Amino acid sequence: MIRLLRQLGGDTRTGFTKLGRSSRFLLLALGGVVSVLLRPRLLLNQLYSVGVLSFLIISISGLFVGMVLGLQGYYTLSDFGAEETLGVLVAASLVRELGPVISGLLFAGRAGSALTAEIGLMKATEQLSGMEMMAVDPIKRIISPRFLAGCLSMPLLAALFSAIGIIGGEWVGVGLLGVDAGAYWGQMQAKLDFQNDIVNGFIKSLVFGFVATWIALFEGYDAVPTAEGVSRATTRTVVNSAFSILGIDFILTALMFGDD
Amino acid sequence: MDAQKYPTPHLVSIRNLSFSRGSTKIFDDVSLDIERGKITAIMGPSGTGKTTLLKLIGGQLRPEQGDITVDGQNIPQLSRTKLYQVRKRIGMLFQSGALLTDMNVYDNVAFPLRAHTQLPESMIRTLVLMKLQAVGLRGARGLMPNELSGGMARRVALARAIALDPMMVLYDEPFTGQDPISMGVLAHLIKSLNSTLGLTSIIVSHDVSETSLIADYIYVLADGKIIGHGTPAVIRQSPSTWIQQFMTGAADGPVHFHYPAKNYVDDLLSTGKRY
Repeated sequence: MIRLLRQLGGDTRTGFTKLGRSSRFLLLALGGVVSVLLRPRLLLNQLYSVGVLSFLIISISGLFVGMVLGLQGYYTLSDFGAEETLGVLVAASLVRELGPVISGLLFAGRAGSALTAEIGLMKATEQLSGMEMMAVDPIKRIISPRFLAGCLSMPLLAALFSAIGIIGGEWVGVGLLGVDAGAYWGQMQAKLDFQNDIVNGFIKSLVFGFVATWIALFEGYDAVPTAEGVSRATTRTVVNSAFSILGIDFILTALMFGDD
Repeated sequence: MDAQKYPTPHLVSIRNLSFSRGSTKIFDDVSLDIERGKITAIMGPSGTGKTTLLKLIGGQLRPEQGDITVDGQNIPQLSRTKLYQVRKRIGMLFQSGALLTDMNVYDNVAFPLRAHTQLPESMIRTLVLMKLQAVGLRGARGLMPNELSGGMARRVALARAIALDPMMVLYDEPFTGQDPISMGVLAHLIKSLNSTLGLTSIIVSHDVSETSLIADYIYVLADGKIIGHGTPAVIRQSPSTWIQQFMTGAADGPVHFHYPAKNYVDDLLSTGKRY
């Protein structure tokens, strides 16, 4: 019993210390953003590797999620003779929830794990120490550009995911199952609200991008500089990002749509 | 060296330095001086904190107590900006080379020049080629770090370390894992760069033969203390059995071959335990 308590106490202390370190890390990374804006080439390189290279997985996943939504939505709605509203169902699900959440999870898996592994390996091979000894701040040079790139890429990727998903839903609903194209698009335009749906979805994706990038960069920077340490850090990035995204999604949804 | 020209006779002075990692005491009241213009070696077995000492001198770690003065400035008390100013005048060669893996040899050497000077690209090119020529790798400028052998990577890292014409270069185990030829090349480079560029060099190493050939002065570290110092000739003649064992590489001596264990016969006869 005493051992259990001691273990619990130790774990809590470790957890809080890590939270403190990660908060300090976040402040430093945010502080370096100004210097990134002065050297846009660093940002462009990272936008490519974090954003553009995630484009394929996001668009293919978006297409399939949209197609499945079209299929499932049609079968349920047609029971009530409401298949005309398929467009609303597909678009609302994607823009409000599935777009930000699934692209956030995919982003953590694709870009987040790559960021952690890259930073962790740079630490293990003394590249970060080397930079410090050359009087170059690794936070400003390495972390901040990646942080900004992650925060900028994620909303765009989520928007792409939703847009391609809506097209996937149309292929299945209108193309294969015979829903009227005018109804699919018209109902969507009529029922979807810019503030409630699109802006809120955008805010979600921005928050998820911020959190996933923060976790990925911190885990890499804080990794034990060995092969095993980097591999554990990469796993932690994916697991912690997934938990954080899903948990924060619940809170944000409750705040945004709670009083509807 | 003209002592009048400089604020302190020694480029680096360490006084009463103590440093621990967890409950392990790495340094216990260590004091040493590094003379300007000389090659000073800090030797000792693996795990005695030689690399830690370099990190303390470079300000990457803070001591628990004690002063580390580099060119008159007390490193642990410097602000970040001032520390970075000092670091621009210190080159460091890491054990792994620490080359940036996403850049080729040329860009790696140009990195500190681009980060800290406003020089035009044409002048940076001239400087980079000069530094690469000094280490014999001007022809390898287009290669990526993963295309270099270990010895070549260290030579590129050395070219990068001297890119800003530092006052001092810190070498972390420069000879570890090198074949005899590249070991000889590195030793020659360290010696010749030190004299031609007027550097002060600190070599941290456990490679006795190569290091004692080029060092002007040697400190021997063990168990958190300095157990001997002097010129290579003095160290070789040291009466300390510990230093003799270290210099000759004898398998047993004050540093035992066996890790502490209970009696061998008792251990073999105690049955019923898994290990």
